[in-house]
Amino acid sequence: MSTRCHVSTRKGLFTLERASAGWTISRVSFLGDNCTLAMHDPRSGDLLAALNHGHFGVKMHRSRDGGASWQEVATPVYPEKPPGYVPKTPVEGTPVDWSLKLVWALAPGGAGEPGVVWCGTMPGGLFRSADGGDSWTMVRSLWDDPRREEWFGGGADHPGIHSIVVDPRDPRHVTIGVSCGGVWITRDGGATWALAGQGMRAEFMPPERQFEPNVQDPHCVAQSAANPDVLWVQHHNGIFRSTDGGASWTEIEGVEPSAFGFPVAVHPRDPDTAWFVPARKDEQRYPVEGRVVVTRTRDGGRTFETLTKGLPQTHAYDLVYRHALDVDETGERLVFGSTTGSVWASEDGGDSWQTVSTHLPPVYAVAFEKPA
Amino acid sequence: MPTVRFTANIQRHVACPPRAVDGATLREVLDAYFASNERARGYVLDDRGRLRPHMAAFIDGRQVEDRQHLSDAVPPDATVDVVQSLSGG
Repeated sequence: MSTRCHVSTRKGLFTLERASAGWTISRVSFLGDNCTLAMHDPRSGDLLAALNHGHFGVKMHRSRDGGASWQEVATPVYPEKPPGYVPKTPVEGTPVDWSLKLVWALAPGGAGEPGVVWCGTMPGGLFRSADGGDSWTMVRSLWDDPRREEWFGGGADHPGIHSIVVDPRDPRHVTIGVSCGGVWITRDGGATWALAGQGMRAEFMPPERQFEPNVQDPHCVAQSAANPDVLWVQHHNGIFRSTDGGASWTEIEGVEPSAFGFPVAVHPRDPDTAWFVPARKDEQRYPVEGRVVVTRTRDGGRTFETLTKGLPQTHAYDLVYRHALDVDETGERLVFGSTTGSVWASEDGGDSWQTVSTHLPPVYAVAFEKPA
Repeated sequence: MPTVRFTANIQRHVACPPRAVDGATLREVLDAYFASNERARGYVLDDRGRLRPHMAAFIDGRQVEDRQHLSDAVPPDATVDVVQSLSGG
């Protein structure tokens, strides 16, 4: 079972360790700085952290000693606009600025391609590093696809790529989630892309456009390690599941207390088991009735349990962002963190939860260290 | 030769001591400074070479006009200050 977890927050990167008495905070890196995301690379042990300094912009740092020391590494750089280029005006009215606003996804490449790291950004960029983050190359095949210009921000000022899943059977098979721009799949390492997402529904669009794949808002895309053809999406409008690698999707309806939320985690050994952290739907975004709950299905979405043991059930207004729920390689340990700085951990697949902290800075992301 | 000074807050991330550098425009002055301190460039300018949205530059106390191309003239004996714009309070 994983014994380390990295918690990215508005005021630094907190490392949790599983000590004999339970989870404790063992290290704080970048204290005071806005750490928006961190990734552990199971192949090398490297840690990559994305910071957003506000005044000074987005920066990337890497640690090769488990977080004891950090070095600043390269930041993805957007290309120059071609001469005479006239940008399309998207739904939100402002053409995309070809400039990095946020690192929104980090994912190690396949087991057989050490050093490869994928990075999703706002606005709408996908970058690939072949050297563990020393340099980044934009995936132009996606950026130059005219459909990319139709993407729009889902609650943010810019569209962005927040989910990247690499097929453990074939690292050239990569699936990404875009808000708002649906689910895209490459099977040749990024040379060509297919827009997937048949069956997804976007309530926020006019009726005749609600099923267009390129307008969908999949808040988070998760792939089953046990059966990579099974994908789960926590979408703006509910929960969707695919059993054919993302080509088609089925909406899971009737999920209580809400099918709205941001994160989803899938059991590493059971594609039918997934966890969600629901909230009142989009215009309000707080736990239904002020009760923090985790919902779990063990039968592919036919039924859900509402897990509450150890979680606050009165006047709790913790919202959990899309990267702020993770499951370890056994499927037994889970961690999630909230916008109000609470972190909870489970060691029994979500049946019960222990409070790790209730007063961290706002949590953006949690990531277990997992074996290769 | 103009002198460039940087906000104290940047020093925690990347050392930017004051220095006299050649240049007749803000772009030339900053390029000259960053030539020997490349890491600092990305803290002041974005990936398009523009002044970052919440950064400000002053030439002898006068706020620069051209944040995109940095074409404001810099007199030979000027002092250039690169600071944060304290937007948001």
